[in-house]
Amino acid sequence: MSIKTANRIRLTLSYLILLGAIAVVIYPIVWVVGSSLNPGNSLSSSTIIPENATLDHYRKLFAETEYLTWYWNTLKICFITMVLSVIFIGLTAYAFSRYKFVGRKNGLLLFLILQMIPQFVAILAIYILAFQVGLLDTHLALILVYVGGLIPMNTYLAKNYYDTIPKELDESARIDGAGHFRIFWQIILPLSKPILAVIALFSFISPFADFILASILISSDDKQTLAVGLFNMISNKFGNNFTLFAAGSVLVAIPIGLLFLSLQRYFISGLTAGGTKG
Amino acid sequence: MTHRKTAALLSIIPGLGQFYNKQWVKGSVFLFLAACYFIAFLDFLNIGLWGIVTLGTEVPRDHSIFLLVNGVISLIVVAIGLGFYVLNFYDAYQNGKKRDMGLQLNTLREQYHNVIDKGFPYLMVGPGFLLLVFVVIFPIIFMLLLSFTNYNLYNSPPNKLVDWVGLQTFIEMFTLDIWRETFISVFAWTIIWTFTATTLQIGVGIFLAVLLNQKDLKFKGLMRTLLILPWAVPAFVSILIFSGLFNDTFGAINNDILAAVGIDSIPWMTDPFYTKIALIFIQSWLGFPFVMAMTTGVLQSIPGELYEAATVDGASTWDKFRKITLPMILFTTAPILITQYTFNFNNFNVIYLFNNGGPAVPDQNAGGTDILISWIYNLTMTSAQYSKAAAVTVMLSIIIVSVALYNFRKTKSFKDEGMI
Repeated sequence: MSIKTANRIRLTLSYLILLGAIAVVIYPIVWVVGSSLNPGNSLSSSTIIPENATLDHYRKLFAETEYLTWYWNTLKICFITMVLSVIFIGLTAYAFSRYKFVGRKNGLLLFLILQMIPQFVAILAIYILAFQVGLLDTHLALILVYVGGLIPMNTYLAKNYYDTIPKELDESARIDGAGHFRIFWQIILPLSKPILAVIALFSFISPFADFILASILISSDDKQTLAVGLFNMISNKFGNNFTLFAAGSVLVAIPIGLLFLSLQRYFISGLTAGGTKG
Repeated sequence: MTHRKTAALLSIIPGLGQFYNKQWVKGSVFLFLAACYFIAFLDFLNIGLWGIVTLGTEVPRDHSIFLLVNGVISLIVVAIGLGFYVLNFYDAYQNGKKRDMGLQLNTLREQYHNVIDKGFPYLMVGPGFLLLVFVVIFPIIFMLLLSFTNYNLYNSPPNKLVDWVGLQTFIEMFTLDIWRETFISVFAWTIIWTFTATTLQIGVGIFLAVLLNQKDLKFKGLMRTLLILPWAVPAFVSILIFSGLFNDTFGAINNDILAAVGIDSIPWMTDPFYTKIALIFIQSWLGFPFVMAMTTGVLQSIPGELYEAATVDGASTWDKFRKITLPMILFTTAPILITQYTFNFNNFNVIYLFNNGGPAVPDQNAGGTDILISWIYNLTMTSAQYSKAAAVTVMLSIIIVSVALYNFRKTKSFKDEGMI
């Protein structure tokens, strides 16, 4: 067998495998788009390419469900969580990276342990606490819980990054008479933009993907987030609402998917930055 | 008696030690803070500490669970108070020591600057830490305490009181047949699930990345983008879509794909075995793009000379993969690959959203595909077995923390901090 034939076999095999993988990957996506365009409520009669496609389900989604409210709620919660997380994490990590203070080592160890225990194992406690302080069924409770949960892991990420910024910069600024906060604001912050961007991205995406905390803390339909709203749509009477659900998920998947594809390299750089150093 | 001892002794009442050291302003601040603390918290602490010890004595006046919550908060308040108290002793002692050695004490101005300097990191950590205490640490302490009570459906406030039962809940977990068997089967499946699903997603991810990295391949960019789609679409959406695709009666997998090749319908959602297969498939589908994207980055950074040199030495393609590519990938990405395992160990979404942890199986009180985390959810939300759920939570946390700490011991940044 010549090298040329061997190469041809290798390439053909590669294409076949890759095409197979692509088919498996896009089949569910194509199927759900098809379902969302299918007339009728159930899937029993649906075909992957609908014969008489209709946008009825999209119309119904806006007119008869709280879908738009869910969408708005989710974006609002994610955005506020993102802003608060970046502020809290940026400050906390700075203190851990630059100052020697009593409790620093124990604090770091505590963060390390806390980031391993998933926050939602204590759902019952979170629920009762929210109930006692009267924040049950409010977005504020959800946001506070999300921000608190994001702190331990992302503080490590930011601290590791701050550690790479030379300390000489702070010291020379201090000699020039800059105060603590000014050093942080004018020297460290501009230099740490990349990691803060990654943290912002993480803290936007993780509330978006959360199902469990939102399903417990929020009970009114008009305060629901997308994950819980869409889940209830199909779990209540499965099959009867599936085409409606399909329309709802297409409208989530497309914008978020596009946003994600344009930003995915930051995700990877963020995770590897934290990982190889961590 | 030396100044330091007198000052420290007088500090039993906060502020007096500072007065003794003639630091009037500081002493007044300490005394004032201490007074505020007692006025504000005395009643709350009194009831809170009584509540956490007794968990209530009278129905319906006392609600055991709320008493427990207040009790834990009281403990946190006490801890903060004690910290302040120790600081007060320490300060009086240190300044007394300075006087013993005949040193000048700091002036008020210097004290002010000292507070700003020393206090700055606390000011920065403060807000985040306070939030962490309430939404992360408090719940964990609460669950830990709850596992030592008998809180469940039949024993729940406001009609009944909850009692401390010591290790009873944990003992029942292992002595009552139904609990022991459920725990063992759920735990076994959690381990199998974690290893098969994660290893598969890593394997597929690396394999496709290597295929895509061949130089003479065309349409690389397009194929890569298409293959990354499962990562881009929010996972909860994909999982819910899959629960429709796999549906026994109307799902497209049974009706279209399997029917087309002449295979009978498979009970994906009603037979635990098939649900498990489906779950592992779904998780691989969801998880491989991330590994693939990350591996692609590593592959592009491997210098081409390595392969050329290997070719000159007569290495086959397989040799090159095994001796160059794979070690390079694993070396750089190992820490992140390990987090993939811990992620799947707690992957609630895929288990719960696909089939609620079901189907139900006889002789155990967990669904056929429940992993520990979704079992905890069901024990809490559906069967109201709160103390059992708390006990499982405690065991799960111990497992995760010990495995992770074992792992972290080896990593560099942990050693740099000098924590072990």
